[in-house]
Amino acid sequence: MTPVRIVEGRAIPLGRKNIDTDVIIPAHYLKTISRVGLGRGAFETIRAEPGNLFDEPQFARAPILIAGDNFGCGSSREHAAWAMLDMGITAVIAPSYSDIFSGNAVKNGIVPVVLPQAAVDRLLEVARDHPITVDLESCTVTTPFQDRFAFEMDPFRRECLLGGLDEVGMTMAQGARIDAYERGAAADRPWLSAA
Amino acid sequence: MSTKPRTLYEKIWDAHVVDRRDDGTCLIYIDRHLVHEVTSPQAFEALRLAGRTVRRPDLTLAVPDHNLPTTPRVDAAGARVPIADMESAQQLAALEANAPSFGIRYIGATDAAQGIVHVVGPEQGFSLPGTTIVCGDSHTACHGGIGALAFGIGTSEVEHVLATQTLLLQQSKTMEVRVEGTLGFGVSPKDVILHIIGVIGAAGGTGYVIEYTGNVFREMSVEGRLTVSNMSIEGGARAGLVAADDLTFAYLEGRPMAPKGADWDAAVAWWRSLATDPGAVYDKVVTIDAGDIAPSLTWGTSPEDVVAITGAVPDPMSFADPSKQEAAKKSLAYMGLTPGTRMQDVPVDSIFIGSCTNSRIEDLRAAAAVARGRHVAANVRQALVVPGSGLVKRQAEAEGLDRIFIDAGFEWREPGCSMCLAMNPDKVPPGDRCASTSNRNFVGRQGPGARTHLVSPAMAAAAAVTGHLADVRELVGEAA
Ligand code: SF4
Repeated sequence: MTPVRIVEGRAIPLGRKNIDTDVIIPAHYLKTISRVGLGRGAFETIRAEPGNLFDEPQFARAPILIAGDNFGCGSSREHAAWAMLDMGITAVIAPSYSDIFSGNAVKNGIVPVVLPQAAVDRLLEVARDHPITVDLESCTVTTPFQDRFAFEMDPFRRECLLGGLDEVGMTMAQGARIDAYERGAAADRPWLSAA
Repeated sequence: MSTKPRTLYEKIWDAHVVDRRDDGTCLIYIDRHLVHEVTSPQAFEALRLAGRTVRRPDLTLAVPDHNLPTTPRVDAAGARVPIADMESAQQLAALEANAPSFGIRYIGATDAAQGIVHVVGPEQGFSLPGTTIVCGDSHTACHGGIGALAFGIGTSEVEHVLATQTLLLQQSKTMEVRVEGTLGFGVSPKDVILHIIGVIGAAGGTGYVIEYTGNVFREMSVEGRLTVSNMSIEGGARAGLVAADDLTFAYLEGRPMAPKGADWDAAVAWWRSLATDPGAVYDKVVTIDAGDIAPSLTWGTSPEDVVAITGAVPDPMSFADPSKQEAAKKSLAYMGLTPGTRMQDVPVDSIFIGSCTNSRIEDLRAAAAVARGRHVAANVRQALVVPGSGLVKRQAEAEGLDRIFIDAGFEWREPGCSMCLAMNPDKVPPGDRCASTSNRNFVGRQGPGARTHLVSPAMAAAAAVTGHLADVRELVGEAA
């Protein structure tokens, strides 16, 4: 995974609430066995709306997306994160996310920034015509107009994003602990492996 | 470990902590991993590239369900019918190859036990109370109905579980949803969960694991509990839980992969000990009076857009929140509905009875009770009944339910996800309106431009035979 520190550039001011995973990537694109190429199906239903933001040239390959509450609700499909990455998006700003989506985002090097609605409203306004900056090092979002919004992120997630860490490899290094847990569980609940 | 009273969730969590980091992130052991064809190919591929193996193939079960067509899978001569869609065929082939090469148990497309992962898990006794269960599918929450901590994961996490049998997780907050009182006539478990989501909202459960408590769930069948827990994710919660009890044990005992003999007794004793302690505190409590719950359905494109069947399409301006007003306007435009229209006056084109929410035998019985001796209305273009598994299908056929459906003009299909999501040939055509027993009414969920109303199996059957959204209580007498 590519480490991320700063995401800077145009931000798509989508602003809508409850953007679900079927909107981010419809199910008929999930029949792939690859992680790349999904950008072509991303936000298909919104892109079908005349005059939608995704068609505006200044937002082509914009690295940031700004949305409303509950972004990424719905299915667990990691294809949503892959599709956004394929479009060039590496940071999202919203008041809240579905739990599964924010986990998937982090695992793919997309920064899910949580900011209160008032801050999101201001950024939606600025993003129409100006770039914004997400700095994961200082945990701030800034605009060219002295706006500075601090956000919080779980330290482990932040560490993974900053370091581009491979979680599977990290956990495999803990093999001895997992072995010990398995021995204890097998003694306490022998029926667990009886399946 | 402290001795303060704990909730069911906290007890299951504590029993699965392998390691606790200083920042609070825990490495959690996973007891059961269900795998299907759509969210696993990239995970297996990553294992292969890194030269990794599956740590506990014996705790992993693979079943294809999402993009399998629901038309017959073998021809008259007994030969496999190929899948016409090349990408779907390729995904299925990938799972068929990955399962044996990584040593994973596989219930294949033509196996009598094949079905939707979330129907197969409890049915086989693979899913058990008190276990941690994951699957690359958000409706894994379903297995919470038997008292398991079950939740959906993304493909990177599928890879993580395959390689390590663990996940790195933050503990969730706890929410109690207590429903007490007597459910009215014609009110099903689906209506209960739709009502709950209408109350808490689609994001109301974000960050929480819900435990469903109160006499309504104690008295509800295990299959009903699976329906309720299934849709926890539609209320934003990562998982739902109904404490396992005698009904649960009776449901699971003797199932092929469930513990046997002394193991069974030991397991039951442990499962009993997991019930929430008296005095345990939930982070949030929502109380609902069972008497307030009507046969319900959705009118919009979020599962929180719930209304009683006796109600009408709401006026977007009736919502206090301006962004909800906007969302409701968009929803109604997409759904082709006008505020003030009585829900029962809305005609339907498609009927779907199936999905991991409502495709078990009790669901099919409830739908058949309405369909019996009636006929699908002339304006309904397609009416599908898709059992959740081959075993459900066989049971239904033994009870003659297939004949009731077929005589009434429904199509009787092979098990799978079918029209729940537009990935296989079963789709709702653009602009068509579907009364569906599935769990998501998102824009385009059942096909581009498809309009979905989430309903119970009995209400789907009622819509089928009347040709419009209908109150099942008017079709089935109280004494019947
Ligand atoms: S039936 Fe629908 S919700 Fe359930 S697993 Fe299949 S696609 Fe997902």
